[in-house]
Amino acid sequence: MSSAFSRTMDRERVFKYLLIAPAVFIILLIGLYPLIKLIVTSFQNISLFDNDTSYQGFINYARLFDDGRLWESLLHTIVFTVIALPIELVLGYLLALLFLEKLPFKQTLVALILLPTIISPIVAGSTWRLMLDQRFGPINQIIGWFAGGEVKLLWTVETALVWPAILIAEVWQWTPFMFLLLLAALSNVNKEQLEAAQIDGASRWMTFRRIVLPAILPVMFIAVLIRALDLFRVFDVIWTMTQGGPGTFTETISIYAYKMAFREFEISYSAAIAFLVIFILTVIVVWALRRVEVAR
Amino acid sequence: MIRWDKGWRLILRLACALIVTILFVFPVYWLAAISIKTPEEIYAYPPVWIPGQVHFSSYLTLFTDGDAWSVWNSLVTAGISTTLAMVIGTIAAYSIVRFRTGGDHLAIWIISQRMIPPICVAFPIFLLFVSWQMVDTYLGLILLYTAFNVPYVTWMMRGYIQEIPLELEQCALVDGLTRWAVLWKVVMPMARAGLFATAVFTFIFAWNDFLFALILTKSEVVTYTVKVTGYFGSQATFWSKISAMSMLGVLPMIFVVGTMQRFIVRGISLGAVKG
Repeated sequence: MSSAFSRTMDRERVFKYLLIAPAVFIILLIGLYPLIKLIVTSFQNISLFDNDTSYQGFINYARLFDDGRLWESLLHTIVFTVIALPIELVLGYLLALLFLEKLPFKQTLVALILLPTIISPIVAGSTWRLMLDQRFGPINQIIGWFAGGEVKLLWTVETALVWPAILIAEVWQWTPFMFLLLLAALSNVNKEQLEAAQIDGASRWMTFRRIVLPAILPVMFIAVLIRALDLFRVFDVIWTMTQGGPGTFTETISIYAYKMAFREFEISYSAAIAFLVIFILTVIVVWALRRVEVAR
Repeated sequence: MIRWDKGWRLILRLACALIVTILFVFPVYWLAAISIKTPEEIYAYPPVWIPGQVHFSSYLTLFTDGDAWSVWNSLVTAGISTTLAMVIGTIAAYSIVRFRTGGDHLAIWIISQRMIPPICVAFPIFLLFVSWQMVDTYLGLILLYTAFNVPYVTWMMRGYIQEIPLELEQCALVDGLTRWAVLWKVVMPMARAGLFATAVFTFIFAWNDFLFALILTKSEVVTYTVKVTGYFGSQATFWSKISAMSMLGVLPMIFVVGTMQRFIVRGISLGAVKG
C-alpha cells in the first residue's frame, strides 16, 4: 500500500517537472544565456575592428561616466517618462470618469478608444508622421485654420517640435491603456460607501481621498508600473518618427544602445550600457515592490 | 425639472464621449483614408479629408510588388510562436498551480524575464543566432517570439488555472483518469476562455514586435513592421505603401477590440485587474 502510494508520488514528481521543463529550458536558453553573455562581453573590449576577447576589467564601465551622449539619452528617457506618465494617468482618469456611468453606445465607444493601445507602436509612429506632415498632414491644416493662414511646422525636424510630436503620439497610444484599467477599477468602487459619504455631506475631495483613491490605488499602481517600465525602454515610436534625430536630440537610452551596438558595433561598450539599464530597472522595480509591501 | 436636468447631463456626457472617441479614432481613420486615396489625392494640397472613391490600388501594389509577403511572414511567425508559447506556458502554469513547483519564486522569476528591455539582450541574442545560423529564418524568429511570450502565457494562465475548482480534478482522478487526461479533458476545457484571451494577446505581442524583427531579419522573413519603417526614406516617402501596409497591420486589431473587450483589461494589465 505504502509502496504504491510512494510510486504515485514519484510519478507526480516526474510529471510536475516534466510539465515545467520546456518553459524553464527556453527561458534559460533565450533569456538567461544572453544576460550572462552580456555581462561577460562588458568586461572584454570587442568592437568592429577589434576581436580581442581578453578581459579588460572595468574599462567599459569607466567609459560610461565620461559619455555625455549616454547621460543625455538617459536624461531624455527620464524626462520623457516623467512628463508622459502623469499626462496619460490624468487624461485616462478623466476619460474613465466620463464613461463610468451608463451611457448609450458605451461598449462601442470604449472599443474604438482602445484601438490605439493594441496596434503596433510602429504603426502608431507612422500614422503620426503622416498626420504631422508639414504639407499633406491634417494637423498643420487645422492649426492653419486657427492661425488664419498656411502653417508649415516641421514637426519631426525642428528641435522645438520633435519632443511634443513624439509626446502626442505616445499619449495618444497609451492614454486608452490607463483609461481602461482605471475604468475597471472605478466600477469596482463600493457604491454604498459613496452614497453614505454623500449623505454625510462629505466634500467631493474628501470622498475622492478617503474612498475612491484607496479603492483604485492598487490598480493605479500596476498601471503606472507597467507604463513606466515601457516608457523607460521606449524605442519603436521614436525610431519611426525621428530615429533619435535631429542629431541626438531625441535619443533615448534604448535608441542610443541600439545605435552603439548595431551601427557603431561598439559591442563591449553597448553591453556595459545594457547592463547599466538593467541595473537601474532592477533598482526601480525592487524599490516599487517594497513600497507596495510597506503600504499593505 | 430634475428629470429634465438629468436628460441634459446625459446628452452632454454623450457629446463629450463622442468627441473624445473621434479624437482617438481620427488618426486611424486618416491612415485608412490615405490607403484608399489615389496618388493625386494623397499629394493634394490642402489635404483631402474624404477620399472621392475607394481605390484599392495601394493594396494591389503591395501584392504585385511582393511586399505583402512581409504580412505573411508576420502571420506565420506570430501564429506558430503563439501556438508553441501557449502549449509550453500553459503546462508550466498548471505545474506551478497544482504542484506548487518551485514555490512562489519560480513564478516571480519567470515573469521577471518580461521586465528586461529587449534592447538590452538584443546583441547577445543576435550573436547567438548568428552562430546557430538562424538569422533571417522563420525558425529563428519563431523561437525568439516563443521564448519571449512563454513568461506572459505562464503568468496569465497561472491566474486562470487558479480559478478552476480543485474538486473537479480530484473527482476525475478518483474516476481513474491519468494526470495527462485530467489536464486535457478537465483543466483545458475549463480554462477555455482564459486560453483564448491569452492566445490573442500573445499573438498581438508577436504581431506588433519591431526590434527583434529588425535585428534578426534581412530579406527572407522581414515582417510588416520592419517593412513599414523602411518606406520612410530620405529621398521619397512612400505614403500609399506606408498606409496600406499599416492598415494590414491594424485590421486584425480592429477585430480584436470589436470582439474581445471583456478580456482586454485582464490581458493588458498582466492579470492584475480581473475586469
